[in-house]
Amino acid sequence: METLSFRHTAAHALAGARAHALVGVVGSGNLEALFERVLDGNACVVEVVTAVAGYGAVWSEVIADFVQRYSPGGLRICIHDGGARPDTVALRLAQGVSLMADDHE
Amino acid sequence: MSWQQRRGERNERLGAGSRFTNGKIIRAGEATALLEAVLRPGDRVCLEGDNQKQADHLAKALLACDPARVHDLHLVQSGIVLPAHLDLFERRIARRLDFSYSGPQSTRMARMLQAGQIELGAVHTYLELFARYFVDLTPAVALIAAVSADRDGNLYTGPNTEDTPTIVEATAFRDGIVIAQANEIVERVPRVDIPGDQVHFIAPAPAPFFVEPLFTRDPAAITETQILMAMLVIKGIYAPYGIERLNHGIGFGTAAIELILPTYGESLGLKGRIARRWALNPHPTLIPAIESGWVEQVHCFGSEVGMEAYLAARPDVFFTGSDGSLRSNRAYCQTAGLYACDLFIGSTLQIDPAGHSSTVTLSRVAGFGGAPNMGSDPRGRRHPSASWLKAGREAHRGGDAALMRGRKLVVQLVETFGEKLIPTFVEQLDAVQFGARLGLGLAPVMVYGDDVSHIVTEEGIANLLLCRDADEREQAIRGVAGYTEVGRRRDRAAVARLRQRGVIQRPEDLGIDPLDADRSLLAARSIRDLVRWSGGLYRPPARYRNW
Repeated sequence: METLSFRHTAAHALAGARAHALVGVVGSGNLEALFERVLDGNACVVEVVTAVAGYGAVWSEVIADFVQRYSPGGLRICIHDGGARPDTVALRLAQGVSLMADDHE
Repeated sequence: MSWQQRRGERNERLGAGSRFTNGKIIRAGEATALLEAVLRPGDRVCLEGDNQKQADHLAKALLACDPARVHDLHLVQSGIVLPAHLDLFERRIARRLDFSYSGPQSTRMARMLQAGQIELGAVHTYLELFARYFVDLTPAVALIAAVSADRDGNLYTGPNTEDTPTIVEATAFRDGIVIAQANEIVERVPRVDIPGDQVHFIAPAPAPFFVEPLFTRDPAAITETQILMAMLVIKGIYAPYGIERLNHGIGFGTAAIELILPTYGESLGLKGRIARRWALNPHPTLIPAIESGWVEQVHCFGSEVGMEAYLAARPDVFFTGSDGSLRSNRAYCQTAGLYACDLFIGSTLQIDPAGHSSTVTLSRVAGFGGAPNMGSDPRGRRHPSASWLKAGREAHRGGDAALMRGRKLVVQLVETFGEKLIPTFVEQLDAVQFGARLGLGLAPVMVYGDDVSHIVTEEGIANLLLCRDADEREQAIRGVAGYTEVGRRRDRAAVARLRQRGVIQRPEDLGIDPLDADRSLLAARSIRDLVRWSGGLYRPPARYRNW
């Protein structure tokens, strides 16, 4: 197991009122991601617990692109990765942000 | 000087073999003895190994031959599928090989080739190997598989006719010997797939020949990424080009396309406008589209285990014989895929920045099957269609427009990473190193880059027809290669310019939200759903039944 942590400053805080959301499942080739609105302002932290070592550079780019695209300010995101591929990671992150941007608690 | 030397040799072989038969029927337990009598060292032999059905009884009988008597055979067959096919090389009964497809034996094949245990001629596409049967790879002896035979040698092949008529044509009409295994000997065959005067000996088989359910994909295993890619293909390629006539390679990506035609395709108003006529194996995942009235006609290379009753009940869609069951024919269907289809879409294991692709890697030699044929632009085509002309206009680079060629669409549908995070995009194909190491004189490339029109990944569509030079092409490919090394080395500014010109289209450029790529779009989400769609006519093999 390798734990990676990425800290970004988003362009703005993510809209919506939802405090937390969980997407995906823990399983081979899949991943589970927990989204929590617990950080101040535009800060965004993504923590990745991954079973596959040596993909730090790939993760770093996937997450940088994600932050640039969705501006998830205020979120701490915790990912448990079952060896998921970048496309699955990107999809789960998009799904989580979509849930968090919902107006309803 | 004799002009009938071959005929004389054939008659000698027939005489030697007839000691082990009653009429044409080989006596029980004497198949190996007959083969030892008929075969000569160095013979070119087709041991029918098709994409699907296997002459497994005759393979066993051949393997049991005494290598002191039967050796150095040259196998010329489309499929290396059974372990026995490779055992023949280990026992030195066979020495040289020309083939097309070796999916189930791909790992052992790679090992044996690299150890020098097999002298490889070439890895062919089906139609190319069949063509060589008539020019320089004509079999002296063909060992083929049938469902039933009568005493005159008439054969019924059932739905899996596949390669048999082609093999027999080349062998029987060039004074070769045709030996068929048959599941049963009957008074009268249900239909004559091979006329008896082309068949010399019949071996009753102790068990029905082996057929692999190669074309069954369980909808339960289709991912959201594959559904997203299927949406890109339908909205970004099938719709704008108006693709009516097509071929799908096998894979979860193409299965996803088939399964969202009646849902997503319907919602785009495309029913009756796309995907009407097919050169295709009977994919179970096409059942919902057929039942929803999308599909007018399908010609098949082979059959599929469990689909027999469904196919027999849909003669308006499928080609069927006087007995009512499917008639498949690989050579004809490959020809149909080459000349009469406007689009091929399939997957591969590796793509390089020039768009060349191959399924040959250093650890796996799966062969090519029909992909290089279907996945190529036929330069002998002369009939127009709207989609062929549209693609031709996109590819046109100056010159007299009145003399413009059309263009077949050849689409590579790949996820940027394969299983175990192995990247699909690579700077150099393993095939290059593999070809050099084995001294093949030709890198085993499956589809050459200049034949590819589009590459589709979860990152979007790269339209290579619109690229004006090699650099643009390379950046278009890197631009959809995602987070692979090849993708991360892209020139971001160049990729942005290509996107502005529509050479690269992202999902959002096509109005597709990746969050809509949901499994609820699949018209069937399980094998059981497919059975239901078929009204119980589709009977999946046991390994796909989990209810």
